Amino acid sequence: MYRQTLTQLAADLRARRVSSVELVRAFLARIEASQRDLNAFVTVTAEQALAQAEAADRALAAGRGGALEGVPFGHKDLFCTAGVRTTCGSRMLKQFISPYDATVVSRLKAAGAVMLGKLNMDEFAMGSSNETSYFGPVRNPWNRALVPGGSSGGSAAAVAARLLPAATATDTGGSIRQPAAFCGVTGIKPTYGRVSRYGMIAFASSLDQAGVIAASAEDAARVLREMAGFDPRDSTSVDAPVPDYLAELDQPLAGLKIGVLKEFFDTGLDAAYERCVREALAVFERLGASVREVSLPNIPLSVPVYYVVAPAECSSNLARYDGVRFGHRCAEAHDLEDLYKRSRSEGFGAEVKRRIMTGTYVLSAGYYDAYYLKAQRVRRLIAADFARAFGEVDLLMGPTTPTPAFELGAKVADPITMYLNDIYTIGANLAGLPAMSVPCGFAAGLPAGLQIIGPHFAEARLLNAAHRYQRETDWHLRIPEAYA
Amino acid sequence: MSAWETVIGLEIHAQLATRSKIFSGAPTAYGAAPNSQACLVDLGYPGVLPVLNAEVVRMAVRFGLAIGARIARHSVFARKNYFYPDLPKGYQISQYELPIVAAGAIEIVLEDGTVKRIGVTRAHLEEDAGKSLHEGLGAFTGIDLNRAGTPLIEIVSEPEMRSAKEAVAYMKKVHTLVRYLEICDGNMQEGSFRCDANVSVRPVGTEKFGTRAEIKNINSFRYVEKAIQYEAARQIELIESGGKVVQETRLWDPDKGETRSMRSKEEANDYRYFPDPDLLPLEIDAAYIEAVREALPELPDAKAARFVAAYGLSAYDALVLTASRELADYYEAVVRAVPEQPKLAANWVMGELSAALNKDGLEIGAGRLSAERLAGLLVRIADDTISGKIAKEVFEAMWASGESADAIIEAKGLKQITDTGAIEQAIEAVMAKNPAQLAEFRAGKDKLFGFFVGQVMKATQGKANPAQLNELLKKKLPG
Repeated sequence: MYRQTLTQLAADLRARRVSSVELVRAFLARIEASQRDLNAFVTVTAEQALAQAEAADRALAAGRGGALEGVPFGHKDLFCTAGVRTTCGSRMLKQFISPYDATVVSRLKAAGAVMLGKLNMDEFAMGSSNETSYFGPVRNPWNRALVPGGSSGGSAAAVAARLLPAATATDTGGSIRQPAAFCGVTGIKPTYGRVSRYGMIAFASSLDQAGVIAASAEDAARVLREMAGFDPRDSTSVDAPVPDYLAELDQPLAGLKIGVLKEFFDTGLDAAYERCVREALAVFERLGASVREVSLPNIPLSVPVYYVVAPAECSSNLARYDGVRFGHRCAEAHDLEDLYKRSRSEGFGAEVKRRIMTGTYVLSAGYYDAYYLKAQRVRRLIAADFARAFGEVDLLMGPTTPTPAFELGAKVADPITMYLNDIYTIGANLAGLPAMSVPCGFAAGLPAGLQIIGPHFAEARLLNAAHRYQRETDWHLRIPEAYA
Repeated sequence: MSAWETVIGLEIHAQLATRSKIFSGAPTAYGAAPNSQACLVDLGYPGVLPVLNAEVVRMAVRFGLAIGARIARHSVFARKNYFYPDLPKGYQISQYELPIVAAGAIEIVLEDGTVKRIGVTRAHLEEDAGKSLHEGLGAFTGIDLNRAGTPLIEIVSEPEMRSAKEAVAYMKKVHTLVRYLEICDGNMQEGSFRCDANVSVRPVGTEKFGTRAEIKNINSFRYVEKAIQYEAARQIELIESGGKVVQETRLWDPDKGETRSMRSKEEANDYRYFPDPDLLPLEIDAAYIEAVREALPELPDAKAARFVAAYGLSAYDALVLTASRELADYYEAVVRAVPEQPKLAANWVMGELSAALNKDGLEIGAGRLSAERLAGLLVRIADDTISGKIAKEVFEAMWASGESADAIIEAKGLKQITDTGAIEQAIEAVMAKNPAQLAEFRAGKDKLFGFFVGQVMKATQGKANPAQLNELLKKKLPG
């Protein structure tokens, strides 16, 4: 059962070939069995899931129910879920129970998805290896000595090990695509503003975007269709109709113009990884697409720009965790300053503190112009590079990451090396563009990811290209041996 | 000792009279139980986002148009970052580099009657913080977040006022204006309208500004005057005794009548302003601005000018009568009922009526006396049914009972005696009763004329028409 895609499971549920309760039991058993090895979940909500599955079965029996009725599902642990704790991977919110559901959560609930639990992540989504989680690192199902990527490491590992058919994830600088690449699964980060951020705990507001990690592009399309759309509670969400992503999946690719990002092949790309990506490009050519090289001259500046803008926003976004109203509060504060200092010192981990410090610095009087304003200017140049490229091609492609998954602990001591992991993914966030990672082979036995970037609101085109590719290949159907 | 000039700029915070908050749907009602008017957005819960209340934009544009300012087609909300327990998000959403209203002006009338134009640098939208409560909580501080997220417009003047009196006149004018525009209830006790003052001094005739102190926590017109006077005197004394004014924030203590240092420039927060990424820039188009302009009411200056032209009032009276829209409306309602007597109406509205309202601590319109009833009284003065003096007595009875002037004149028999025969009779009786005084008067003691007026008035219970009485006495007394 667990080998099936979400699309197949949804069809089986609808046809009553399987019940939601059966599915939920089966996936819960897999979650339980893997938790010690993978640590993909922070919270498992077995009882609620079974109750919800029973209700879904009743709805299905009556011929009712939403598009995802009865489908087992999981949420990255930064989506607020009423009554179920939302930790954001932090000691700060270890016991935080949200009084409300995030818009994404309530939409998927309305579509009938059954939540089995909350997925582990880097603390406040800050990290590229899932090692900054207060609840311990997630491990890569392909090799448990390796990291699953981050920050949505729990979502990617859970889907890779088929603990869930799909899960929500978020992407601020690559947090959906990089773990999807490391774990050999499909992930999509939609256009900024396509999916509501209401109820999604903020890291960097101008970059954060919710998306989905699934086994295939078709599954991702099915979930995204339910998540996307305008939300009056998020001023940055865009009031534009959501196309039927499924309807366009099978469009032929003949005539599609693909640009290959020159700069992504210039520096530090693993040779075996590059071969996987080149082979994938050849598949697209066979499908009738044309492939040409495209240059984005300012893209090498995306990492420094990102590490000014994202920390600046995070330093402000995380100011609300002060021990006063919710979250961790230090014991026996003797005055206000002591309450602030100790609550925050104890509640946040090292990487979060590093970014708060960096962000506070770049916004300070005397430094604002040199760092924050300049970074915003370069950000516009990068966005302009992309806009120019999309005047010539329909989609941009390249590797998702420079290397496959690395060993746990290999980069924790060196933040700069860690940050360079996101060198190919950050550009799409800075420009607000939709981007995907699709499994495209194995480099030295580890999954490699093909990244596809499109113009604003071109999710349907991305999913169409990825789906046609997945009809020709079976990389996305491979399951790590230990979980097969 | 050289002469000093005081330089003042004011920052006025006016709470916008919306039903819900600036970035959430929670109500803005005053005086509710602590934390009962704060929703998750106001509490700064994880994951929540602000959504701008369209009504605050309309109100800010109304204000901008009323002071002839530039309305920004593109303005930006920024975060002002600092830690304080009553600031739930750790930042206040405000406008910094690109405010919604810029470069306007407000005219005030000085004591000598000249008009002075005070520049308004900018007016921007922002959210209020909550309140810290210290009473009855022992060693703890309580936080009430009902006020958090209440919409404010901060109105920043140029440093163009030169005395505490000018500052008060400016503040009163802004107060009048926001109430005319119906964008703020102006209630200073509840903190809906409050003010910070930037004060410095310089030798008369010099250009360069002195070092300024910012005085916080001034919430009445009287305190603005006192605080500025105190602060200017403090600075002058300091300089004259060889000291130097330091740039700092000072708190006005109304109980002690003094300002005292809160924090110096060095201790000031670095607010790390940056554009709020949760809110898109605010874009306003010309059609919107025009629609708001069309809906503007007649403003105080225009109304005062019209009162002078249409009713022949003095500039001063027109200014007093247009100080609030309610007062002006009341006055005009009186005039509509006695169109021939606009000046008499002005005297009564500014005199007896205002005094009675003041005495009872009431707002215009809150007393029992409607404009139509007051007009009824004025009609009886105009047609000589009663004298001005009797009218005051009638007014008092009307104020207390709410009855009409005619009913009271009738019931108390206060109708003026205009019958010459009746007055003559009374005069003759008084002359007969006071032969000694009459003899003295006839011997040349003119002062006794007043004595006879008083006696006749007494005999007629004040009802004798004064003009007629004078006339008749002049005829009869000389014999």
